[in-house]
Amino acid sequence: MPDKKQDFIDQELQDLNNDGVDRRGFLKCMAWAGTGLVWTMSGGIPVSRAFAKSSAKDAGVAADFSFVQISDSHIGFNKPANPDVTATLQTAINKINAMPHKPDFIIHTGDLSQLSKPSEFDTLDQALKGTSTKQIYFVPGEHDMLTDNGDEYLQRFGKDTKGTGYYSFDHKGVHFVGLVNVANLKAGGMGSLGHEQLEWLEDDLKGRSASTPIVLFAHIPLWTIYPDWGWGTDDSEQALSYVKRFGSVTVLNGHIHQIMQKVEGKVSFHTAMSTAFPQPAPGTAPSAGPMKVPAEQLSKVLGITDVNYLVSGRSLAVVDSSLGA
Amino acid sequence: MTGKNAFIASLAMPIMIVTLLILARPRSIAAANANDQPSAAPAAVKIDNFVFGPQTVTVPVGTTVTWTNRDDIPHTAVSTDGVFKSKVMDTDEKFSYTFTKAGTYPYYCTIHPKMTGKVVVQ
Repeated sequence: MPDKKQDFIDQELQDLNNDGVDRRGFLKCMAWAGTGLVWTMSGGIPVSRAFAKSSAKDAGVAADFSFVQISDSHIGFNKPANPDVTATLQTAINKINAMPHKPDFIIHTGDLSQLSKPSEFDTLDQALKGTSTKQIYFVPGEHDMLTDNGDEYLQRFGKDTKGTGYYSFDHKGVHFVGLVNVANLKAGGMGSLGHEQLEWLEDDLKGRSASTPIVLFAHIPLWTIYPDWGWGTDDSEQALSYVKRFGSVTVLNGHIHQIMQKVEGKVSFHTAMSTAFPQPAPGTAPSAGPMKVPAEQLSKVLGITDVNYLVSGRSLAVVDSSLGA
Repeated sequence: MTGKNAFIASLAMPIMIVTLLILARPRSIAAANANDQPSAAPAAVKIDNFVFGPQTVTVPVGTTVTWTNRDDIPHTAVSTDGVFKSKVMDTDEKFSYTFTKAGTYPYYCTIHPKMTGKVVVQ
């Protein structure tokens, strides 16, 4: 039987080799996955290096602005993989509050809750009130849309959004787009954006200068990581065709509870760690269910993502750091 | 009561029970043969590792199928054609539906749509 994980990694290396990141650089990333790494984009060419070698000067202070991505908090989950997800979310918040450079805002890429319960949303909301960063942007995960077509989520976290909860905003010259690929999923399929949202996206990007840096964020990866587990979005090609003309595109996702990255032309894809529990690497377990690790190792496989943007160099640095680092 | 009558009475109860048992047997066979709706044995679908097992379950009309989620992650079982729709099943929660018409009923988990299954009702 072919080793699916090896195939996957080989494919990844192939993709990256074609796009400017060398094999050594990529392996370094993999070696540091879960313990933190820096991912810098310079003039459209991404370069990776180990987090431990970066300093605040490299990654933070020099940046024109930064924001933090957190993901997959799964408030309400209480199984052995992590019996206290509220505590690990709190650790993530403490980490954000302790940053030497204050992020301009936070993006949460979905699965705020485990079961879309009002009490779970309340707990998350209460915990996030403790961040020193007041502006938080959300997109829903499939766990947030379990009841009433996502009404509970939309009322709390999706005010002033369109349709199922998508929207865009500008910040210091960068255009951000929050997309929803967890609503109205079809039998046998993966994530889905749907016709209406795609039309809106095309329209939203129309007329913007190709030099505008674009950041797309959504819960399920907008690139196909592992179809057997539904780790991809059926109509993401369509969405990506709208950003092809832009010089710098960054795609931030969650859902798979581990760091994965890929570069395709000028589009850099990145998935974040969860603040709740890890999931297995593609094809290495019978299913994508929560992965149990020894308690003392849990904080090493949970984390946050710090994104630094340098206007002058038109570069973007993505720094993943684990809660335990 | 004479001694003879007492002897007959003491036999009467066991004889009656045996007679009832003999009478009851063909009746129960008749009930099973008649394919009455309530008599169909229930069927079970277990959700393990993001898979409905068995993926296809074939049952007679009138069968109640019960889904049980044995994963650490919530799932649903929702008919593709809108015939039935479970609530969200958290770990160890169940959903049951009684199929009263013959047909093929494809369904999936709306949270993890790669998970699909089928109930064939004959």
